[in-house]
Amino acid sequence: MENNISLTLKVWRQNGPKDKGRFETYKLETVSVDSSFLEMMDVLNEQLINEGKEPVAFDHDCREGICGMCSLYINGRPHGPDDDVTTCQLHMRKFKDGETITIEPWRSAGFPVIKDLIVNRNAFDTIIASGGYTSISTGGVPDANAIPISKIDADEAMDAASCIGCGACVATCKNGSAMLFVSAKVSHLALLPQGQVEAARRAKNMVAKMDELGFGNCTNTGACEVECPKGVSISNIARLNREFLKAKLAD
Amino acid sequence: MKLDSKIPQGEMAKKWSNYKANQKLVNPANKRKLDIIVVGTGLAGASAAASFGEMGFNVKNFTIQDSPRRAHSIAAQGGINAAKNYPNDGDSVHRLFYDTVKGGDYRAREANVHRLAEVSNDIIDQCVAQGVPFAREYGGLLDNRSFGGAQVSRTFYAKGQTGQQLLIGAYQALMRQVNAGTVDLYTRTEIVDIVMVDGKARGVIARDLVTGKFQRHFGHAVVLATGGYGNAFFLSTNAMGSNGSAAIKAYQKGAAFANPCFAQIHPTCIPVHGEFQSKLTLMSESLRNDGRIWVPAKKEDAEAIRAGKLKPTEIAEENRDYYLERRYPAFGNLVPRDVASRAAKERCDAGFGVGTTGLAVYLDFKSSIERLGEDAIRARYGNLFQMYEKIVDDNPYETPMMIYPAIHYTMGGIWVDYELQTSVPGLFAAGEANFSDHGANRLGASALMQGLADGYFVLPYTIQNYLADDISTPRMTGEEKEFVDAENEAKAKFEKLMAIKGERSVDSIHKELGLVMWDFVGMARNKEGLEQAIEKIANIKKEFYSNVRIPGSGEGMNVELEKASRLADFIDIGDLMARDALNREESCGGHFREEYQTEEGEAMRQDDKFAYAACWEYKGEDKAPEMHKEDLTFEVVKVAQRNYK
Repeated sequence: MENNISLTLKVWRQNGPKDKGRFETYKLETVSVDSSFLEMMDVLNEQLINEGKEPVAFDHDCREGICGMCSLYINGRPHGPDDDVTTCQLHMRKFKDGETITIEPWRSAGFPVIKDLIVNRNAFDTIIASGGYTSISTGGVPDANAIPISKIDADEAMDAASCIGCGACVATCKNGSAMLFVSAKVSHLALLPQGQVEAARRAKNMVAKMDELGFGNCTNTGACEVECPKGVSISNIARLNREFLKAKLAD
Repeated sequence: MKLDSKIPQGEMAKKWSNYKANQKLVNPANKRKLDIIVVGTGLAGASAAASFGEMGFNVKNFTIQDSPRRAHSIAAQGGINAAKNYPNDGDSVHRLFYDTVKGGDYRAREANVHRLAEVSNDIIDQCVAQGVPFAREYGGLLDNRSFGGAQVSRTFYAKGQTGQQLLIGAYQALMRQVNAGTVDLYTRTEIVDIVMVDGKARGVIARDLVTGKFQRHFGHAVVLATGGYGNAFFLSTNAMGSNGSAAIKAYQKGAAFANPCFAQIHPTCIPVHGEFQSKLTLMSESLRNDGRIWVPAKKEDAEAIRAGKLKPTEIAEENRDYYLERRYPAFGNLVPRDVASRAAKERCDAGFGVGTTGLAVYLDFKSSIERLGEDAIRARYGNLFQMYEKIVDDNPYETPMMIYPAIHYTMGGIWVDYELQTSVPGLFAAGEANFSDHGANRLGASALMQGLADGYFVLPYTIQNYLADDISTPRMTGEEKEFVDAENEAKAKFEKLMAIKGERSVDSIHKELGLVMWDFVGMARNKEGLEQAIEKIANIKKEFYSNVRIPGSGEGMNVELEKASRLADFIDIGDLMARDALNREESCGGHFREEYQTEEGEAMRQDDKFAYAACWEYKGEDKAPEMHKEDLTFEVVKVAQRNYK
């Protein structure tokens, strides 16, 4: 095929959480520009296995940009040099022949490295468990059309709810703050009548849990919004601050 | 093997009410003494685990991913069906039931499908109460769209991300129970065997994917909600980690595997681009609401397009063949998936295909954009169009999308009775992992419905009927002989894989299996090809066990080892699929045997011989499985040739 490029890869290798880690350099001679970034990683791993070496461990699953599993820090940007995409949707046509690409894991106190490019993001689940839901059990709920919801609110809730929990916002933030993630959930539910019932409690509990888990403060740099693969807006952070303040004032 | 479907007495519309009125229940104090293991955190697993926890059972919930929210249900795009009849267009529980049985080409169990249609409305209510942001009209009420195989609009949706929103709803309900302490969550943990004690499923052996260590877990009952096995084909729309391993472990412990050959080939996927491809991306069926499917009417135009000398936009209206509208005027572009897939293959095989490979057809939004405006189309499908553009580097607002069929969903799965219990007592299967509701072909927007029906509204009832007899069974510690033996057996299997030390990567062998599956057990099958496939799969199995190379060790995280153990199971599934396809000498739904077709090339069922679910019983390593029949009787639905013309 004429649409091939060759690449030099500088990849972060780390055997386990306690290992110091280091960059290893690999050369790839033929990469199709139509491949996705993760398919390029597959090619690298196939090459490493054939050379009798250990392949690079990286997280990935759906490969269509929705599961939030992939999490590579490419040339200094979470999910690499394209906008509004996850790593799996990044394509090699975004790179030049002969280019050197640096690939690292998410680096943040909240996301310790497990192996190579794989990090532990359980903290996100813990934050959701602290209040990111409506406290209703299965059954005994009213008819779905019992409460009309304005289309504008429903659409805005949908935009906030489109967060995939990948952690790019944390990885790109100089403070390692999880405010975009938390605010997306608080906004999604606060915008809907079903979620408003416990909005104050939710905002307080989720913020407290986020602080407890060691995520940093928000200093409004806006980097999170730029790197969010789903375009979740920083205006959600403003809404979270309002909800949080309202809750505190009511105390 | 005895297969008792346990269909309740009474007329169809009253069976589920009768069942609930007469089933056994477990009182709250006893629920606290009972443990349930749920494997999988997709729509079926997360909704079941959350509901069990809310009811007061102790739940252990397992996922191979780093978070329950990653399960592949998340990738479902189009929507979820329910018989709400909000649009006042003639829908009802009966019609949803009827459409589903018919869409499944009369190979599903009526009673299960009727129950599914009955609880469909409860699902929508539940999800709205959870805060699922379904699409709404300006009046504030819920919007609906239409999907293949139906003449009503009964599909609820949240942009093109319905699966994501429903899963997040179930995930949040689950995390609420984790917080309440009723559910213990095990992430990055894979089930490697099911533990049997006195003929009942009593636990699982799990492997921690981070440390490589094995764990023993006891449960009074075990629920498998582990999804489908479409990745036997290597290339499919499934996630990379989707696998059939838990299903195969259940099968090897005595659970019948039903209709393994019923796999759905989805008509609207982005075509294959090259040999390094790792997966196929689905473009939602909902696109067929506003997109028209066509190929050039003249062969020379198709040839010119393939050579890059002509653009699709340059082909005049009269030189386009809207073949679905031509062949099926009543349903047009909204025929069921199996029909649409075969029609695309027929045109491409006849030389009218487009794209560089000739294995693609157009999905064109031009007339909808003219009718509704680009903004309306963007509002409906914006994220899908963006996804297409990122992958293909083409703007679908300006030039038609190219699509081709790909493996998407498996209707077959673990056999279950009306209670969703497998042929192993105490072992249940839910969602795509079971076989029960979709027959030989699943209609669009029905997978989400079934997953959530099983987890929220069926298992919470039926599992009590089983557990009511177990209230005085004490918890086991995991030190019992059965647990120790099962762990040792599982360890030995992983050690065996590590000891092969061959030359070939797991993926290279998986790709070889996938090609055999696609060529011989894919969209069109025949006797000769299937016999060849069984032989080729046996050779691949030999190659795998003598020549696979797994770097590293069994200690710590080893992704290649995980993949190898799943591939070992995919090879067994591939064999089972080919055997089942060979046995089923008819065409129905997604299963098309070239020998059985009408003169117009439509699927031809053989109801007198094959109106049954084929249930395969494991007879031991390298022994041929034995097939048992569950005869399907139709009390309500009139069995006919499906007609979408």
